[in-house]
Amino acid sequence: MSSFGLSHLDALESEAVHIFREVAGEFERPVILFSGGKDSIVMLYLALKAFAPAPVPFSLLHVDTGHNFPEVLDYRDRVVTAHGLRLHVASVQDYIDRGVLRERADGTRNPLQTLPLTEKIQSERFDAVFGGGRRDEEKARAKERVFSLRDEFSQWDPRRQRPELWNLYNGRHAPGEHVRVFPLSNWTELDVWQYIAREGIELPEIYYAHHREVFARGGMWLTAGEWGGPRAGETVEKRQVRYRTVGDMSCTGAVDSDADTIEKVIAEIAASRLTERGATRADDKLSEAAMEDRKREGYF
Amino acid sequence: MSTTIDTLRFATAGSVDDGKSTLVGRLLHDSKSVLADQLEAVEHASRNRGQDAPDLALLTDGLRAEREQGITIDVAYRYFATPRRRFILADTPGHVQYTRNMVTGASTAELAIILVDARNGVVEQTRRHAAVAGLLRVPHVVLAVNKMDLVGYEEQVFERIVEDFAGHAAELGLPGFTPIPVSALVGDNVVERSAHMDWYLGPSLLEFLEEVPVGVEAADAPARFPVQYVIRDGEARYCAGQLVSGALRVGDRVTVHPSGETSQITGIDVLGSAQDVAYAPQSISVRLADQRDVSRGDMITAGVAVPALTREVRAAVCHLADRPLRVGDRVLVRHTTRTVKAIVQDLGGATELTANDLGRIVLRTAEPLAVDDYGVSRRTGAFIVIDPADGATLTAGMVEL
Repeated sequence: MSSFGLSHLDALESEAVHIFREVAGEFERPVILFSGGKDSIVMLYLALKAFAPAPVPFSLLHVDTGHNFPEVLDYRDRVVTAHGLRLHVASVQDYIDRGVLRERADGTRNPLQTLPLTEKIQSERFDAVFGGGRRDEEKARAKERVFSLRDEFSQWDPRRQRPELWNLYNGRHAPGEHVRVFPLSNWTELDVWQYIAREGIELPEIYYAHHREVFARGGMWLTAGEWGGPRAGETVEKRQVRYRTVGDMSCTGAVDSDADTIEKVIAEIAASRLTERGATRADDKLSEAAMEDRKREGYF
Repeated sequence: MSTTIDTLRFATAGSVDDGKSTLVGRLLHDSKSVLADQLEAVEHASRNRGQDAPDLALLTDGLRAEREQGITIDVAYRYFATPRRRFILADTPGHVQYTRNMVTGASTAELAIILVDARNGVVEQTRRHAAVAGLLRVPHVVLAVNKMDLVGYEEQVFERIVEDFAGHAAELGLPGFTPIPVSALVGDNVVERSAHMDWYLGPSLLEFLEEVPVGVEAADAPARFPVQYVIRDGEARYCAGQLVSGALRVGDRVTVHPSGETSQITGIDVLGSAQDVAYAPQSISVRLADQRDVSRGDMITAGVAVPALTREVRAAVCHLADRPLRVGDRVLVRHTTRTVKAIVQDLGGATELTANDLGRIVLRTAEPLAVDDYGVSRRTGAFIVIDPADGATLTAGMVEL
């Protein structure tokens, strides 16, 4: 289709805004998954643009693993206050305290997020759930629709996806079912950063190079903390690092970096020979189909 | 780093074992779009399967069942860039449901690569792919004749296939196509020009993808603005939506469909900045002179070329679902931002359409739709048919006026 000289960022922005407005027009109770990571921050920014000067007609949902970076929680709370948003929290720690979920041997809580997320969607009767997933992230995500139907157990069945044609998104669903919506489907990691730079969007500080106490595990730099690191034999050292993704502290690794400005971050990513998840996510290294399996069960 | 670089959306289609996954893998690999950890994962998986060389097809087969069965099931989207252009590739599999998958991929594509095996030439599925590209009005088609290494890089083999395909293309109403001889396995003419085929003087596949003009829609295309949502701010009402064709200016006289009421644009906002003019495909909001009762599903148009307001929609269709579509079925039709009830009145003489059928339809709708001919405007000429019982997407339609 014609682009009349629209830059690729303008085209991606327009497409994402179109998706937000489609959901506002077709659903009763949409919610934005908000982790405080850069993709969810860009999502919220786009939603604010899509409905200005009126407020965003959605609330936010944070699935809290209990292993949060303090800088990210602080950021979350400031954003919620600044825009007068309503924040829902689904707490993994709650489920562990109640004995519904059990801590895993490896200490990571990423796979434990699925149940609190699913039950919150059911109890709040959310019918559209925005996620910041991008198709360039991972092979199973490359097959994801913009509107992705989930059953009442939040399960994703790749063989039963609806064909998605033109920009005609089909959001019809039965009571109890919901639709996961991915407005950043066609964005790459580099697009997200270029957009953050262009729009001057503030991010949590941990995305930029800083000095931090870390230790090595599984080929990544993890932050020492109450969540369970370091173990015996793992030594803590101070390094200059930054985070390329933000998730559960126990399985999100930092990368060695001196990129302390957005321009340096963009230059670093453009030259990187590793994917974002390959460099920073321990949980995706488990198997060839780790993400697919989590998605089937209702993960983000 | 330029941010004004343009984007080509393209789709690939091939029959079983034409080597399409290998071609896509080669395109990604040789354009240096595959990162070290991805390649490492492919090498690891290839070794597990007892293969010596990395199997580039594994780069694109993302689902467990695909790797287990060695086939591609679903449309996958890939993103890569060269210094000259960004690419969004819809990789459409040639196995199960290949017509449905190609229709999906082609619906947003500006170029389609149709792949044939040089040893087999044009087969039934190739004709099907060409028909879909024609039906979906994909502006550019590349015929990639693959596995040239297995036919001794013979020019005559290539020429015979091109001639054969040209005959079908003319019959199917394909405006034209660009043939390229390649070997995805070896890498001939995918990114680098081949040293084995000095008789071929054209560009490599990637060179062609980098050069083909995009944004072919005419600048004077009719203005079409389907209203998605009405933003209320105090007394003010803003009609929000994506301009899907043409341009709108402050001061333009506009018509709201289906009511037919007219008004004037008094303000245009392009995501936070007031503008005098907006172009497709910008997402915008507009204010009208009189606070008319405009709502989601209405379409605002400007200029003399108005859409056809009709309750009898005639269209070419591709049936996508496993359950058939029958004459007399009660369905929902989703056109732009409007969803209306409809009855299937005629299926081009057939009693039913089954999965992957291409055909014709006449729908009687409960309320009028403002439609354009799909050949004139893809976004306002396209619709989907939905099963009201469970919301399944049944059929893709392209309006014929």
